[in-house]
Amino acid sequence: MSTQSTRLAARLMVAPSVFVLFIWMIVPLAMTLYFSFRFFRLLTPERSGWVGFTHYLWFLNAPDFWLALFNTLALVGGVLVITVILGVLIALLIDQPVKGQGMLRILVIAPFFVMPPVAASIWENLFMHPQNGLFSAIARGFGQQPILFLENYPLMSVIGIVSWEWLPFATLIFLTALQSLSSEQLEAAEMDGASPLNRFRYIILPHLTRAITVVILIQTIFLLGIFGEIFTTTQGGPGSASTTLPYMIFKQAIVAKDIGRAAAGGIIAVILANIVAYFLMRGIGRHLDN
Amino acid sequence: MARAASPRRTLLTTLAAWSVALVIFFPVLWMILTSFKTEASAVAMPPEFLSADWTLENYETVWSRSDYPRFFWNSVVISVGSTLLGLAIAIPAAWSMAFVPGKRTKDLLMWMLSTKMMPAVAVLIPLYLVFQRIGLFDTKLGLILALMLMNLPIIIWMLYTYFKEIPGEILEAARMDGASLWNEIVYVLTPMALPGIASTMLLNIILAWNEAFWTITLTTTKAAPLSAFIASFSAPQGLFYAKLSAASAMAILPILILGWFSQKQLVRGLTFGAVK
Repeated sequence: MSTQSTRLAARLMVAPSVFVLFIWMIVPLAMTLYFSFRFFRLLTPERSGWVGFTHYLWFLNAPDFWLALFNTLALVGGVLVITVILGVLIALLIDQPVKGQGMLRILVIAPFFVMPPVAASIWENLFMHPQNGLFSAIARGFGQQPILFLENYPLMSVIGIVSWEWLPFATLIFLTALQSLSSEQLEAAEMDGASPLNRFRYIILPHLTRAITVVILIQTIFLLGIFGEIFTTTQGGPGSASTTLPYMIFKQAIVAKDIGRAAAGGIIAVILANIVAYFLMRGIGRHLDN
Repeated sequence: MARAASPRRTLLTTLAAWSVALVIFFPVLWMILTSFKTEASAVAMPPEFLSADWTLENYETVWSRSDYPRFFWNSVVISVGSTLLGLAIAIPAAWSMAFVPGKRTKDLLMWMLSTKMMPAVAVLIPLYLVFQRIGLFDTKLGLILALMLMNLPIIIWMLYTYFKEIPGEILEAARMDGASLWNEIVYVLTPMALPGIASTMLLNIILAWNEAFWTITLTTTKAAPLSAFIASFSAPQGLFYAKLSAASAMAILPILILGWFSQKQLVRGLTFGAVK
C-alpha cells in the first residue's frame, strides 16, 4: 500500500539515527583498537610505536585484573539476586489490598530517581561513616564497635548501595506485571484449597517469568557499567578490593594516563560485554514479537 | 488483582507495606531532614530527631555562596538539550520504522539497542582525546552530544513502541484524502503521538540528569553538572553534612518530582515495551 516515494522517505528518516549511532560506535571502537596495540602515555608523548599484545598480556597477568573481573560479575550478580528476590516480595506485599497504595508507590520508587553520586554520598556520609553515620550510632547504642563498611566490606557496601538504587525499578516492574494477573484465577485456586505457597509457585511465579527476565536483562546492561557509586565512595579501594573492570580501565586512562593500556582494557570490556550481550539479545529478542 | 479482604487483613498488610516503603525511602528522608539541621546538629551523637536545631541556612549558603547555581544550570541545559536533540533525530526514525517497516526493521532496532551494551569505558579514551582536540571537552555542547548518543537507542525504542499503537487505518485514511507525507506527520500523527513523545522526553531528561560517567570524565569545572559536583564533594570528618545534604536535596528534587509523574511510563520505557 505504501508507495515507492513513501518508502524512500521512510529510509531517509531512519538514516540520521543509523548514521550517528554507527559513527558513535565504530569510530571510538576503531580508535580504541588501534591504541590498544600502541605505546601511548600522555606523560611521555614523545615515545610511541607498536607494542603488539603487550597491553593485553599486562591485563591478563595483572592479579588486579582477575579481581576486577570477579568484582564486576559479583556486583552484577549480587545486585540482581537481591533486587529480584526482594522486588518480588515487596511487589507481592504492595499488591495486597492496602491503604494509600498510590503514596506507597511514590515512596518506594524514590531511590531510583536519586542520581548515583548523591545515592552514594548519602550512604557513605550519613549512614556508613564510622564516626558520624547513623549505622555507627546504632552500633554504639548497642555497645558495639561501629562496622567499617567501606574499609572492611567495600564490595558488599557498593552492592548494597546499588541494590537500594535498583530495587525500586525491579519492584515497579513486578508490580505492573502482577496487576495484569487475573484475580479469578487466584480465587479459584484458593477455593480449591491451594496453599498460599502453591498459589505463588504455580500461578504467580509463571506469570512473573517474563517480567523477571526483562528485569535481569535491563539491569545487566546498566550494572555492567556501574561507575559513579564506586567513584564517589571507595574509589575502587581499599587497594583494589572494590575495583571493577570499568573502574580499573578508568584508573589506567585518567589517573595513570596510560592510554594504550587502558585501550586494551576497553577492548577486553567490549569482549566481556559481547558475551553477556549475546545472551541478553536472545532473551529480549524472544519478547519482541508479542 | 484487587480482591476483597477482611478489614483485619487490610490493616495488617497496610502496616507491613508502609513499614517496608518507609525503610526504602528512609535514606532520602534522612538526607532531607539533615539538610534542615545546623552542622553541629547534623553530626550530633546520638542522632537528633525532634530535638535538632532546624534551619534554612544551608540552602541559603549553598545557593548563594558557592557555584551551585552554575552546576544546576549546566544540569538543566545538558539534560533538556540532549533530550530535545535526541527527539529531533529519533522521531522521524521511529515514525518510519513503526509505519513503513521494512524486512530488516527489527534487526535495525536490535542493532540500535546493542550499541547501548557497548561499555562506556571502551569508548572513553577516544572520546576524551577527540573532545579535547576539537574543543568539546568540558563544554555543555560536548556533553549534550555524548548523552544524546548514549540515550538515543532508548528514545527510538520508546517512541517506536508508542507509535506502534497508533492505528495504521487513520494514516491510510489521511493518505486517501490526499494528505502529503509532511501533512500526515504534522496534522495526524503528531497530535496522536504527543503523549508518547512527552513521556519519552520525561524519562530521558531523568536519565540524562542522573548520568554520572560522561559527566564526570568529560568535564572539569566549566560544564560540570550536578552529578559531577556532588561526586567530587568531599566531607572531611563530616564538617559539611548539612550543606552536602542541602546540595543533594536540591540536586534530586526536580527529578524526584518529574519521576513521580512518569512512573507508569518508566516501566514501559525502560523495558522497551516488554512490560506495560
